[in-house]
Amino acid sequence: MIRPLVALTLAALAALPAQAADRVVSLGGAVTEIVAALGEADRLVARDTTSSWPEAVTALPDVGYVRRLSAEGVLSVAPDLILAEEGAGPPEAVDLLKSAAIPFVVVPDGYDRDAVAAKIEAVAGALDVPEKGAALAAEVGRALDAAAAEAAEGPARRVLFVLSVQGGRLLASGRGTAADGIIRLAGGVNAVDAFEGYKPLTDEAVAQAAPEVILMMAREGAEDLAAEVLALPAVRTTPAAASGALVSMDGLYLLGFGPRTAQAVRDLSDALDRAGS
Amino acid sequence: MVALLHEVSGPAPHWDRTPRAWRLTVLLVLALAVMSAASLAVGAAGTSPWAVLADIMAGREVALADRVVLFEIRLPRLAMGALVGAALAVSGAVMQGLFRNPLADPGLVGVSAGAGLGAISAIVLGGLLPAGIAGALGYHLVPVAAFAGGWATTLVLYGIATRRGQTSVATMLLGGIALGALAGALSGILVYMADDAQLRDLTFWGLGSLAGATWTKLAAAAPLMILALVAAPMLGRGLNGLSLGEAAAAHVGIPVQRLKTVAILTVAGATGAAVAVSGGIGFVGIVVPHLLRLATGPDHRPLLVNAALLGAALLIGADMIARSLIAPAELPIGIVTAILGGPVFLWILLRRRGLLGF
Repeated sequence: MIRPLVALTLAALAALPAQAADRVVSLGGAVTEIVAALGEADRLVARDTTSSWPEAVTALPDVGYVRRLSAEGVLSVAPDLILAEEGAGPPEAVDLLKSAAIPFVVVPDGYDRDAVAAKIEAVAGALDVPEKGAALAAEVGRALDAAAAEAAEGPARRVLFVLSVQGGRLLASGRGTAADGIIRLAGGVNAVDAFEGYKPLTDEAVAQAAPEVILMMAREGAEDLAAEVLALPAVRTTPAAASGALVSMDGLYLLGFGPRTAQAVRDLSDALDRAGS
Repeated sequence: MVALLHEVSGPAPHWDRTPRAWRLTVLLVLALAVMSAASLAVGAAGTSPWAVLADIMAGREVALADRVVLFEIRLPRLAMGALVGAALAVSGAVMQGLFRNPLADPGLVGVSAGAGLGAISAIVLGGLLPAGIAGALGYHLVPVAAFAGGWATTLVLYGIATRRGQTSVATMLLGGIALGALAGALSGILVYMADDAQLRDLTFWGLGSLAGATWTKLAAAAPLMILALVAAPMLGRGLNGLSLGEAAAAHVGIPVQRLKTVAILTVAGATGAAVAVSGGIGFVGIVVPHLLRLATGPDHRPLLVNAALLGAALLIGADMIARSLIAPAELPIGIVTAILGGPVFLWILLRRRGLLGF
């Protein structure tokens, strides 16, 4: 009996734009990080599977993978605002959520300094805390500029980002990817720039890319992966294998382009400097 | 065979299981009704259909969220699940009868491979379409492409297998394998071109889901599935005759060629529509008819009716599990049907080994 009452109240609230939302569903790892960095995490009632930081948000109900949302699942937490990264879907579910009169805000994506600031401002706007947003965007922007400037002083390593190793075949990141963006910010050079997006590389293409460092996402229980990857026939002939230079970092931290990006740039830049020497 | 004998020899002999099959029909109707009611009541949101019904009866305002959950999410999903389950199960039963092969499933006439290729093309290449077309279809692009792909593949296959007005079932089987391989290769090229997000979409499409069920989709897909559900029981006598072999069936007066044409086209239409709106839902088309044959014998007349009922009830049940097991998230339904269907099927097979109706 409570629930229809709650829903009715929420519908009434949604009709009043001046009222700030306090039952927010956050979809997308970086979006959730920004909500937390703005100090508004207590307004969250649910998150998606990719939202894994800060630790506290993992206690919230998980509405599933961000591109495969269940409309009823999202509605079941009675949200009054949905914050979603670009590409959240499927579109049928998004339409249903909109038909239930729940504001659905899409946060723009992007892989450079300005994109991070734009994301923060979009989230802060939707949460009705624009001043906090402007402050955080400025702070993160400054930190990123400083980190990038510092990173640019080091040697420009050729970095190969490997998304996955399936049957010995490397899935590498080309232009226009989050990996490409972070490598650039950290003062490195993407060793693969012949294509856009993530594609499998032939052994010869890996050798030709001649990466000095291999970059991967850290996975639990994958500590032995470094030795395994460096021993692959495709990788064995590269400078990276010669110096044993493989860096692995948490995927969301490295590729999320959220508020922690400046720190990620510093970490990556340090790791690249160390790895190549 | 049983049925034919039954028709010429009067009262059912003790080994005739057909009356039992018709009694099962009554049970299945009840099961489907119970499943449907449960399906409306179960879900991540706490919406109760009875409370909403009481509100409507009393003329009270129904909360918007409850209205959306019940009438825009659960109800179209229930209808879609029932139709897709029934269509897949009936199509499987018809194909097994037509090909006289226990392993036949609706995919044999090329529908699944063609629909898969259509769906992948739409997901990967959809962005290249002129804005006018893409805008008009919106997110119906994938289902429309899947249906077109499935239907086109069946027509090509039917054309290949039909010479001088005679359709060779064997040619169709082998041709289906060749076309399937070709469609698989073309899909492979597209998978290679796909970006990260599209790959995820492809994977999920292949696992099937009823989550995208909307009234619009239902209105587009339902006619073909309903057509097959109405037409299939009329094929029962013909398929019974066909189990004697094509020549024998023709001798007892069954219009074999017309039977094949009707069976293939209705199955292609129904399966194409089902796959287009729900993705790849495996196992229903094979398991449901076999379960029923094991339980009540091979007579196609009750079999085709019972398959529709059991298929519908099973898919509704599987969907309930899919959307409540990890709520508020949900599982792809193809995972549920395979995880439930595989072991059950194996168990029955082992228990009744040697008693298959083939």
